[in-house]
Amino acid sequence: MTTEILLAGFGGQGILFAGKQLAKTAMYNDKNVSWLPSYGPEMRGGSANCSVIISDNEIGSPIINRPDILIAFNLPSFDKFEPKIKEGGILIANSSLIATKSERDDIKAYYIPATQLASDNGLEGGANVIILGYLLKLTGIFDLDQFIDLMVAGIPATKAKLIENNKKAIMLGYNYEA
Amino acid sequence: MANKVLMKGNEALAEAAIRNGCLNFFGYPITPQTELAEYMAKRMPKVGGLCLQAESEVAAINMVLGAAASGVRAMTSSSSPGVSLKSEGISYMVGCDLPCLICNVQRGGPGLGGIQPSQQDYYQATKANGHGDLHLYVLAPASVQEMVNLVGRAFDVADTYRTPAMILADGALGQMMEPVDFDAALSEKRELPEKTWATNGTKMQRKRNVINSLYMNPDDLEKSIIDRFERYKKIEENETLYEELYTDDADIVIVSYGITSRICKSAIEMARAEGIKVGLIRPITVWPYPKAAIAKAAKTAKHFLVVELNMGQMVDDVKVACECRVPVSFFGRTGGVLPTAEDVLAEIKKLNGGNK
Amino acid sequence: MVVFEKPHALSPVPFHYCPGCTHGIVHRLVAEAIDALGIEGETVGVAPVGCSVFAYNYFECDMIQAAHGRAPAVATGVKRTNPDKIVFTYQGDGDLAAIGTAETVHATTRGENLTIIFINNAIYGMTGGQMAPTTLPGQVTTTSPYGRNPQLQGNPIRVCEMLSSLDGLAFAQRVAVDTPAHVNQAKKAIQKAFQNQIDKKGLSIVEVLSTCPTNWGMTPSESLKWLRENMMPYYPLGVYKDIDAKEGK
Repeated sequence: MTTEILLAGFGGQGILFAGKQLAKTAMYNDKNVSWLPSYGPEMRGGSANCSVIISDNEIGSPIINRPDILIAFNLPSFDKFEPKIKEGGILIANSSLIATKSERDDIKAYYIPATQLASDNGLEGGANVIILGYLLKLTGIFDLDQFIDLMVAGIPATKAKLIENNKKAIMLGYNYEA
Repeated sequence: MANKVLMKGNEALAEAAIRNGCLNFFGYPITPQTELAEYMAKRMPKVGGLCLQAESEVAAINMVLGAAASGVRAMTSSSSPGVSLKSEGISYMVGCDLPCLICNVQRGGPGLGGIQPSQQDYYQATKANGHGDLHLYVLAPASVQEMVNLVGRAFDVADTYRTPAMILADGALGQMMEPVDFDAALSEKRELPEKTWATNGTKMQRKRNVINSLYMNPDDLEKSIIDRFERYKKIEENETLYEELYTDDADIVIVSYGITSRICKSAIEMARAEGIKVGLIRPITVWPYPKAAIAKAAKTAKHFLVVELNMGQMVDDVKVACECRVPVSFFGRTGGVLPTAEDVLAEIKKLNGGNK
Repeated sequence: MVVFEKPHALSPVPFHYCPGCTHGIVHRLVAEAIDALGIEGETVGVAPVGCSVFAYNYFECDMIQAAHGRAPAVATGVKRTNPDKIVFTYQGDGDLAAIGTAETVHATTRGENLTIIFINNAIYGMTGGQMAPTTLPGQVTTTSPYGRNPQLQGNPIRVCEMLSSLDGLAFAQRVAVDTPAHVNQAKKAIQKAFQNQIDKKGLSIVEVLSTCPTNWGMTPSESLKWLRENMMPYYPLGVYKDIDAKEGK
């Protein structure tokens, strides 16, 4: 089985970090995995996206043309990639920045006001992790505790506040009821 | 998952070089290889090594020349436009019989081109990375793990045959993260010749060593080149690498290397599921070229399909290797565009229809 | 009693230089400095492209022949990986101040602990008398046949002055070898440039005003006169930087 996850948004929204958490957890579950960022000048303040492919088989192209799961952090990403989601695929949209809804009936679409939730809870910059929590809940792709442990392991112990905030953010997304 | 770590290709390659005893890196920033230099800058001081940012790619390769001349393992890395600048120094290193590693994390060309992945430097890497009769030992890895696996071999071959070696990667391999197991990558220990030729001071114990590529007498120059080509012959015999997949029964054999070969593998599985007999030859060394594998496949295959990220630079190598006994088609994207597995599958189907 | 003998660091082979060329004198001074400091076994020299391309044949220490202009980069590679070695480059004006300007400036500003011997004869010798970056205004060469016109061909570079603004530079002196007195001065400067390296002071450069009778189209003695009357006013002899002096030593 292969799952192709495309994360897309503005540079600075933590897209690459979020993708890396997924890739890392997949690796710890003995999956084949590839993580490919958009790179170069377009990352500076422009759009950023990253392709994470998780598979039981050898991974061919690391580039995702038709994602199984799209996580859209902003409107341009929604406009660009929503039509490309595979039939039966999943859309998770940051509804704080995306007012539109998907009109496709061959995908499952979910909306979470991640940016709003982040600022309401004093977690500025945490929208990416909130969405990851929501993704885990919706798909069950990884075990929640393992995911949190691995994410925390990647943060220096000296940044206790950051660890707490990330835990808080992920639970906020995990427990979000639309 | 044992000892795996998730790393970018550029960073993994740098770490692998350090683990293979290369403690001297000279570089210059260019997208999409910059993380390699950044990693070196961070790691080298911690392992007692040297990472020096040069004023240009030209200077960087000449610093490598000086370091290699004095007998240490040294490397540089760049991306296509920067490798063009290094070509002068590479030619001198060949002429001086100096070992080193050069990494080319290819991007689109010509000129400033673009920053997205390409394989447009195939000709440059395999035919003429610099002036004069010369070859480099050129490895084209297809994954981050393989990049790591091949670094040790690149240095060992360079040291054994006194030649520059190149890792020919691309922007996707450099930028992507994949799980890497460094322990699995350490190559078998080779007996490496002592560098008795190194210019590291006579200590008044031996005659001076001279590292030089200049010969005023054409007979002497010719002899030095012929000697070098004898070594190239040994490299061809001993160090050619390739991977084969389903070639035994394949009607269509795809020839593809690096990142593109992975896309082809996906396409091949899709084609096989539809009953189309497709196989793959993946050159791991693009110089020396795995001619024998192509020639062997030509005995049973009805068609070769070359797939690469350029306008068909490898096609002639396949034609020569199979002596044009089998038709050779080409499919590729260029300028930084990657084809999808579906694109490759469509090409396979076209050829398959033609064979019916 | 030995009155005169060849320095040990100088190879017992005839030079290929033209009659009246001062490369031979400078080679000897370099070899004398290596002998005097007892560093031959620890020294690695880097030869340029230009008339002194064969310098690798003339010194008994280990030698590397570099690409045109790249000697300071090559020397950097040697020195950084073998900090205990004494590394020098021997470069002409085209090599050091035209095609290799970037390498020269950056090796200097990094403060590479190297010794550079720079031969300025205001012309490209090996290729047969073309305009060099140091060719004087009005000077006739085969590529400035009507005399160097700064409006057309730009101005000459004063290397010692240019490098003196760089923090990595330890020592810069311009010398000449046109008279015995000047030869003695040059000898001291070259020896100091090597001693500085032993003392890990940074980059030292000695610029030697030299003659090229063949390409200047003069006899050797006319050349010396021309050097004094034309080059010295434009390229004044002297110490341009000496960090020892700054420290008040």
